[in-house]
Amino acid sequence: MRRKLTPYLLALPGWAWLAMFFVVPIAGMVSLSLTSGNVITGFYQTFNVGNYLDAITLYSEQLVRSLLYGLGATLICIVIGYPAAYWIAFHGGKHKSTYLLLILLPFFVSFVLRTISWKFTLSDNGVVLGTLKSIGLLPADFAVLNTAPAVVLGLAYNFLPFMVLPIYAVLERMDHRVVEAAHDLYASKLQAFLRVVLPISLPGVFAGGLMTFIPTTADYVNASVLGGPGNTMIGSIVQTQYLVNNDYPIAAAITFVLMGVLLIGIFSYARALGTERVMEVQAK
Amino acid sequence: MTVTLDDTAAPTQAPRRTRKTDWGKWFTWGVLAWLFAPITFMIAFSFNDIQGRHNVTWEGFTFKWYGGVFDHAELTQALLYTLAIGVLTMLIAGTIGSLLGLALGRHRFRGQGTTNLVMFAAICAPEVVLGAALLSLFLLVGIATGFMAILLAHVMFTVSFVAITVRARVITLDPNLEEAARDLGAGPWTTFRLVTLPMLLPAIMAGGLLAFALSIDDYIITSFVAGEVTTFPLWIWGATRVGIPPQVNVMGTLIFAVGVTLAVINVIVAKRRRS
Amino acid sequence: MHKNPLLRGMTQARYGRRDMLKFSAMAAAGYGLAACGVSGQKQKAVAEEDFWQGKKETGSLTFANWPLYIDPKRTQLKQFTKATGISVDYREDVQDIAAFAGKLQPQLANGDYTGYDLIVLTNGLELARFLALGYLAPLDHEQMPNFTKNLGQSYRDNSYDPGNKHTAPYASGITGIAYNPKYVDREITSIADLWDPKFKGKVGMMSDPQEIANFGLLLNGVEPAESTKKDWQAAADKLMKQRDDGIVRSYYAQDFVQPLTNGDVWLTMAWSGDIYQQNAEAGTDLKFVVPEEGATIWTDLMCIPTTSKAAVDSLKLIDFLYRPEIAAGLTEYITYIPPVPKAQDILRAQAQQASGAERKDLEQLVESPLVFPTDEDYSRLHNYVSIEPGKENSFTSVFHAVTQA
Repeated sequence: MRRKLTPYLLALPGWAWLAMFFVVPIAGMVSLSLTSGNVITGFYQTFNVGNYLDAITLYSEQLVRSLLYGLGATLICIVIGYPAAYWIAFHGGKHKSTYLLLILLPFFVSFVLRTISWKFTLSDNGVVLGTLKSIGLLPADFAVLNTAPAVVLGLAYNFLPFMVLPIYAVLERMDHRVVEAAHDLYASKLQAFLRVVLPISLPGVFAGGLMTFIPTTADYVNASVLGGPGNTMIGSIVQTQYLVNNDYPIAAAITFVLMGVLLIGIFSYARALGTERVMEVQAK
Repeated sequence: MTVTLDDTAAPTQAPRRTRKTDWGKWFTWGVLAWLFAPITFMIAFSFNDIQGRHNVTWEGFTFKWYGGVFDHAELTQALLYTLAIGVLTMLIAGTIGSLLGLALGRHRFRGQGTTNLVMFAAICAPEVVLGAALLSLFLLVGIATGFMAILLAHVMFTVSFVAITVRARVITLDPNLEEAARDLGAGPWTTFRLVTLPMLLPAIMAGGLLAFALSIDDYIITSFVAGEVTTFPLWIWGATRVGIPPQVNVMGTLIFAVGVTLAVINVIVAKRRRS
Repeated sequence: MHKNPLLRGMTQARYGRRDMLKFSAMAAAGYGLAACGVSGQKQKAVAEEDFWQGKKETGSLTFANWPLYIDPKRTQLKQFTKATGISVDYREDVQDIAAFAGKLQPQLANGDYTGYDLIVLTNGLELARFLALGYLAPLDHEQMPNFTKNLGQSYRDNSYDPGNKHTAPYASGITGIAYNPKYVDREITSIADLWDPKFKGKVGMMSDPQEIANFGLLLNGVEPAESTKKDWQAAADKLMKQRDDGIVRSYYAQDFVQPLTNGDVWLTMAWSGDIYQQNAEAGTDLKFVVPEEGATIWTDLMCIPTTSKAAVDSLKLIDFLYRPEIAAGLTEYITYIPPVPKAQDILRAQAQQASGAERKDLEQLVESPLVFPTDEDYSRLHNYVSIEPGKENSFTSVFHAVTQA
């Protein structure tokens, strides 16, 4: 009898915490998103679905932009992260862990501080652009800061390890003799990569993509620090509506629209890559 | 982001010696240069002898900000809040998460799938959603935001990370060891204390440290529930409006240095243990 | 063995439809609990006597203000502690007035202590809302001899808080245009210059709806105080055109000084004191102008939230800051307009006694039209658009559409 209870007792505090501060709050937000009112009168439950319509019609531009930026950042992370993870896993030799550590080290610096550092590094006449301009490599009116590319690159920068680590983990675990076998069977380097290495590493790309796409789409720190007019992301709207305008119903509705869109994105992504197989491979 | 760093990788076949340029290496170093660019900037400008309040252009070398690192009382206070919340999060999430991880890894019970799903959702949910949801709850129930609210939030979003880290370790444990202990007459508690816990300790520590790292780094969730409390990231965010004092760079540099030191020790210890 | 327990854990489990159902069931259960709303936000108005009845000095208070709105050594607060024995926990937590007010809102609505005994609010929408909601304590003028004696005339007949019943000015400032002559090769004189395509991508605007609205309205020749919804839309259209033409580099909260200094923007909407301080501290040569169409004047006001735990101590601090010599000392550092006209005389006297660089600095300060504007200067300055509390959204949404696109 006691033994049967053990797992429940062990899990209880964790359950309680997650239920109280994760599941219930999400439910609370559903409730809040259906209220009407303003800060002077209070907000009353009216099951006002109109909040969702408002959220979609007023902020569809920012929503679509966030998805595009998130997608862009994720693709950049794959393009940059995959070769790096590949090289470290296959050619890092005995310095593998050192390389991995080097990739992680910048992230000991606070997220906000890192992003702000970029802002100073990229200023029009700063260390980087100023130098390039003075030697004539860039036109004098060239600017990176306050543009969409700055935001997307900032996002990619901040979430790169979430891409590198899963890919590395899969490649590193892979039996390298498989590649040799492919070569023995007269596969060219490219063929060996496309037919053997890539399929095996896909679960890592999937995990990395998930862990990059979600936070980058919902982030607003990068857009606020590195973006300019016309780069506002949906997270920023949520933040402003909650904390500045105290317009809670619309804020909650926007949050749900964002969540819904992300969920749809994740499921279609999973379907495209075949999650079932992905998860199986990972579980081994 | 825990990676147990060690070099035990299956010995890769020695790369064939070629005289071709190792593009992969160049590429990787390029990525590293990109990753370190703003950090280098931050460290360099912690030595900048600025006159005004804007630490943007180079005005000369000085150590004075290191001597006066705690001159901004509020910045120091913010750092202390961050560290206090980080340590408490580490302890609470470390404990609760480890128990949860133990339950998930060792036992079969009803609700296991749901627990996994909720944990997965909590890890994947964007920060802005978590922050907004918590604030919604606090508003509906009328809980005051502030220190306690931040702590509740931080434990919430880190506990799943700890549980997952510990669970992964529990799965790899050999249950025979515990059985042996019981055969030798140890009670369940003694077995746990003398056998299970020591074996789990590295994972618990890793999970706890991860919780600490996530906690001190968090800006978005904290900004939703902070109330009147200003943490280190929140303070920096606010100070951008009027110029970030070099003390921020100094603190960033010192925290970075601590991280580097810990990481290096980790690598050395891992190497020693093997040899 | 697998190297990364975290990643493995994350991708390991498989979820079926049944789990999803269970999860939804849990969420639905939670929904029952939370199917209520957020109740009324208004607090009952308190009469002055009732509020102060039985309130005692506690010996310490927490004061929320803008960052760098006092010197880093907190000289005036130290003087206060020395004079009264009351210690001040000074926090630079007001970094964006709308965000600050938004942060306090839920706590004040609950009747909870906000963590602050004394706060600073600007004379705008947020202040009007807080007054309407009854969040601010009535000031006991009898306990404020310095305040009643030294407050400048122009602050006595204000529209934001008639009779200064709930607020006491901390400092005022002007929102005008600042430019960096290193990059701008002509004199900037008007708001229209901010629309000049020549400065494409090099113009900074403010993100605050009230600030940006005023510039749009003044450009259209509309007096902000008398503007209508139609005027707002017309102003917003102008601002949107400016944005869509790529002229605006960014919308700033208070962070325009740094990009202006290093050339990321060449000209920007700016607050007077920030520019003056930057020139004095960093030796830059930034110019600040009150444009010919007019500019905005705002006042930051000290207020005591009704939930303050140290109302008496806060009142004492407010009054202490109205001692002319204290006000003069504060002005010398922050270089914003003091609500105490006598501060100018004191600083002038100090300038005469000082010598060398210090004298030059002080003289510059005393003569600066940005710190001590003349009546003629005042005639070109306009207040924010005032909106009935609860209807702010009709105004702010028009301008958020500009800044948050």
